Amino acid sequence: MAFDVEHELHKRRLGRNVGLGLVLLAFVALVFGLTVVKVLNMGDAEAAASAKTVQVAKP
Amino acid sequence: MPDAHIIDQTGEAGFGDYVALLKPRVMSLVVFTALVGVLVAPGTVHPFVAMTSILFIALGAGASGALNMWWDADIDVIMKRTAKRPIPAGKVQPREALGFGLALSGIAVVMLALAANLLAAALLAFTIFFYAVVYSMWLKRSTPQNIVIGGAAGAFPPMIGWVAVTGSVSVEAVLMFMLIFMWTPPHFWALALFMNEDYSKAGVPMLTVTHGKKVTRNHILVYTIALVPFAIGAGFTSIGGPVYLAVSALLNAGFLWGAWRIWRRDEVQAEADSYAVEKQVFKFSLLYLFLHFGAFLAEAALKPYGLGGW
Repeated sequence: MAFDVEHELHKRRLGRNVGLGLVLLAFVALVFGLTVVKVLNMGDAEAAASAKTVQVAKP
Repeated sequence: MPDAHIIDQTGEAGFGDYVALLKPRVMSLVVFTALVGVLVAPGTVHPFVAMTSILFIALGAGASGALNMWWDADIDVIMKRTAKRPIPAGKVQPREALGFGLALSGIAVVMLALAANLLAAALLAFTIFFYAVVYSMWLKRSTPQNIVIGGAAGAFPPMIGWVAVTGSVSVEAVLMFMLIFMWTPPHFWALALFMNEDYSKAGVPMLTVTHGKKVTRNHILVYTIALVPFAIGAGFTSIGGPVYLAVSALLNAGFLWGAWRIWRRDEVQAEADSYAVEKQVFKFSLLYLFLHFGAFLAEAALKPYGLGGW
């Protein structure tokens, strides 16, 4: 049957799908990493802001 | 196999064809200049944020490349240099390239806004608009000054990198912009002098086609002279220093000498040695830009040891 024969086209399609899959995985990892960094920095910024507030409160 | 041929022509592109739509060679230059913009900027940013910012600046540049290929498919098929691009080669459908370019533009701008700041994202959006609409759709086919103004699109990445870190535009960012902006015309006109036939076949009004090669030679000299103050001037700002100034002085002397050699030649001389000088100057111009940004980087790298900068 013709369906069993793997054409060069199928290889190309597979390559495209695997490529897209990897790009999407990398994008998920990137957004996750960015979120972690932003949240951790937010903690630093809050700590710095509260330290400032304490300093202002104590003349 | 006629069936396979038909399928081949209806957009069954491989992964590499989509990568080719992003103009990876142009992207590598964008990555380099944006990286320099990020690294020489004062202030600190988390390395992951810096990497993400550079990635999305490059993706934005790539997306504008895809939009450019969508718009220019009709002339790309005529020019030998561009005939193998995915759209003229029949691997990617023009509408697919348009969708790809628009989607990636949106992703790149939104992600840069999230990773860095709104100003950097707005500058990236403007760069994509400038390259795809102002340069590709409007200037490229209507004026021989196309690359002078269009060069701005290539000049934005280091400025965006700088803004991603600092959140504002400063004189250093403007000078990095001007360095690429003023370098672009002599660089491309040197190329156009020995690639003339391709442009005239496609009907692109390159200066060499509309005003002739003598005028182009004059323009190369004038624009190279105009470039020098910006290149040297950057050496006196916070991103410059003795190393940069020394490198810049040598490179500018070399570029001026090359431009003068191009200027004093006529077509008979150029054709006799197959445009040897023009080709040399074109190659040197690539080195010129690379080493200028390398020198900015060197100054930034030496600073922690008390050696870089002023």
